[in-house]
Amino acid sequence: MSADNQEKSHEKMDIDSNNPAQDEEVAVEEEEEDDQDVEKIKILPGASEDGTAASFQIIEEDHTLGNALKSMIMKNPEVEFCGYSIPHPSEPKLHLRIQTYGNITAVEALHKGLDDLASLCTVVEEKFSQSVASNNYKTVIS
Amino acid sequence: MTKPENIVGIEYNRVTNVSAHDIPGYKLGEDYAWSLEKFEESFQINIQHLTEKEANFDLVNIDTSVANAFRRIMIAEVPSVAPETIFIFNNTSVISDEVLSHRIGLIPLKVDPDLLTWVDSNVEEDEGKFTDENTIVMSLNVSCTRNPDAPKDSQDPNELYRNSNVYSKDLKFEPQGRQLEMFKGNPVEPVFPNILLAKLRPGQEISLTAHCVLGTGSDHAKFSPVATASYRLMPVIQILKDVEGEDAKKFQKCFTPGVIGIDDDGKAFVKDARKDTVSREVLRHDEFKGKVKLGRDRSQFIFNVESVSAMSPEEIFFKSVRILKNKAEYLRNCPIGQV
Repeated sequence: MSADNQEKSHEKMDIDSNNPAQDEEVAVEEEEEDDQDVEKIKILPGASEDGTAASFQIIEEDHTLGNALKSMIMKNPEVEFCGYSIPHPSEPKLHLRIQTYGNITAVEALHKGLDDLASLCTVVEEKFSQSVASNNYKTVIS
Repeated sequence: MTKPENIVGIEYNRVTNVSAHDIPGYKLGEDYAWSLEKFEESFQINIQHLTEKEANFDLVNIDTSVANAFRRIMIAEVPSVAPETIFIFNNTSVISDEVLSHRIGLIPLKVDPDLLTWVDSNVEEDEGKFTDENTIVMSLNVSCTRNPDAPKDSQDPNELYRNSNVYSKDLKFEPQGRQLEMFKGNPVEPVFPNILLAKLRPGQEISLTAHCVLGTGSDHAKFSPVATASYRLMPVIQILKDVEGEDAKKFQKCFTPGVIGIDDDGKAFVKDARKDTVSREVLRHDEFKGKVKLGRDRSQFIFNVESVSAMSPEEIFFKSVRILKNKAEYLRNCPIGQV
């Protein structure tokens, strides 16, 4: 099912991220700066002026974060569309597209998705420590 | 005529109305919005077993993408220590240097990865790139000799020669600097002592040192702390019509042993669906047509984590959760630049 989703988002992403001129700009700027914090995430050209629809480029992330983040952002009722793609398998880049219904900006939706994902992890961690501490399991395989 | 609700809007910088809602099972207005409270309430972890090397636990009511992220992180992003650079002083064995180096690289080592720091790739080697804080040194010095006490008519190399087999346990830890204290009572050694590395004959010798550093599975599989980290969905078997007598025995044999039980009346019942591999064998037989329904529960992930490192399997899972959390928090704090 998730493979199907990925393919769908690929098709949709192609609509506005297939401009070769834009890709060249990306390459030039990345050589100039070397600070990871500034490079990590960028807004791609083609975002709507009110900021309710935007594509982001995140470097050094893959399907691990991409798919989890996409599904968390899609759980936001204010978000109309969210999809991600790895434009090229040998470049460590993740493209993430967010469109909202207009009440919040794409950046706000992204930040909410990241916060939700972090809080989810906190719950998983807590529940797992509880389960490990409960000793309610076998310690030898029968 | 095209219905308006079927038109995907193509606007200047966005597309609208992209998803079809006319799918069976799709209910408009159902609340799927993320809620931490609801998640805390519904999410469950049931540990089946937890041994030194293997963990088996269920994550119930979690999204596939997150379960998959944990699995991917355990395999490729939880750091561990492995030999990275091998310095060969002498190798007169039949195994060439590069093959031997590769074999040594793959040996899992008992080192707590938290005791080491990352090697800074920006530092030059002569400027102190490798220190006692980030590198473990192991040495291997073995030479093969004839055994003068061997029985006269023996054909067995183990009797005829000494050190004819080189094993992973022959790798010896050489503490550097503060490592003597750090690893006191817990010396670095291979997780499995009897991995065969090379075979020697009298006069042949291997002498080398291995420098071991931190790395991740995405860089090289030798750094992966798990042998397997996988999940499967909980099998669901529904018996729709009674299966009795001889049929029940045949029915039982269609499944993995232990899945189907037969009660006192000779009726088949589902004893333990977890054990099933969902082979679909039962669907091949006409006599069971319409009597059984197979499925998998999409909300119940059965994780199996097998560790091959110094870490326990539950520690590896903990680390994967923390790594995903760190990824989210780190990205949250990054300024968003313009391309």
